[in-house]
Amino acid sequence: MDFNEFFTWLQHVQLAHFLIVSALLFSLGIYGIVTRKNAILVLMGIELVLNAANINLVAFSRYGGMNLDGQVAAVFVIILAAAEAAIALAIILNIYHRFQTVNIDEVSALKE
Amino acid sequence: MTLFDGVFYVFALITVISAFVVVFTRNIMYAAFSLLFTFFGVAGLYVLLSADFLAVAQILIYVGGILVLLLFGVMLTNKVVSVDLKTGTLQTVPALVIVAVVAGSLAGLFYSTWKNAPTPTTDIVSTTRTLGEMLMTGYMLPFEVASVVLLVALIGAAITARRTRNVS
Repeated sequence: MDFNEFFTWLQHVQLAHFLIVSALLFSLGIYGIVTRKNAILVLMGIELVLNAANINLVAFSRYGGMNLDGQVAAVFVIILAAAEAAIALAIILNIYHRFQTVNIDEVSALKE
Repeated sequence: MTLFDGVFYVFALITVISAFVVVFTRNIMYAAFSLLFTFFGVAGLYVLLSADFLAVAQILIYVGGILVLLLFGVMLTNKVVSVDLKTGTLQTVPALVIVAVVAGSLAGLFYSTWKNAPTPTTDIVSTTRTLGEMLMTGYMLPFEVASVVLLVALIGAAITARRTRNVS
């Protein structure tokens, strides 16, 4: 890789910059999902992954000739993320009432 | 280095650094509040990508809705009195290695594939009207299905989270 070319590329923001930011966000979200013990922090990791996917959709929508199909897909992702967060938090509250913990290692049975 | 590039790097740094804090901090409240900054940074990236409606929707729904829900979850599922909002992690090292490999290969792939992508020539126009027209014409069915999904999620969450009365 030519480093001079790389640095001039860094100074000129275009499609790949947005994609790389979304790749970093996606990897951090996956790391959060895999390593966290608290169920709510796992949810936060999922939100990061969804945001990374959304950045990709919008970036391709912009750099693909302002085709708005990508943005419509991003709108649906946001809608489903809202529904998912509501349901998941309701489930987590129920788990907490039943097991007195939200540590997903200890919650391995459907009943006590 | 134009203004656009500088603003992009500011928002990208806000997004990535606060995402780091979300993932690596041990304090749940810190994670929740840095998630706020991640969402704001992503909204800024949407503005740079000339997706104005989506940026506003991001702030309204993620910051105003999902983040508040998450904070409620944090508050309701921890003993706040004991000021022990810490959490543990597991399998850190293998996860770190795998995630670093995934991030590196994704970034390398994006760089090598889209390095010389053409810059868009189209003018920046407000997207709200076009998005609304698309939702009411070509995306009519997904739009209606999404509304049903939201209704089901609303009822389901309300019923699931309701405290049951001694049903054993």
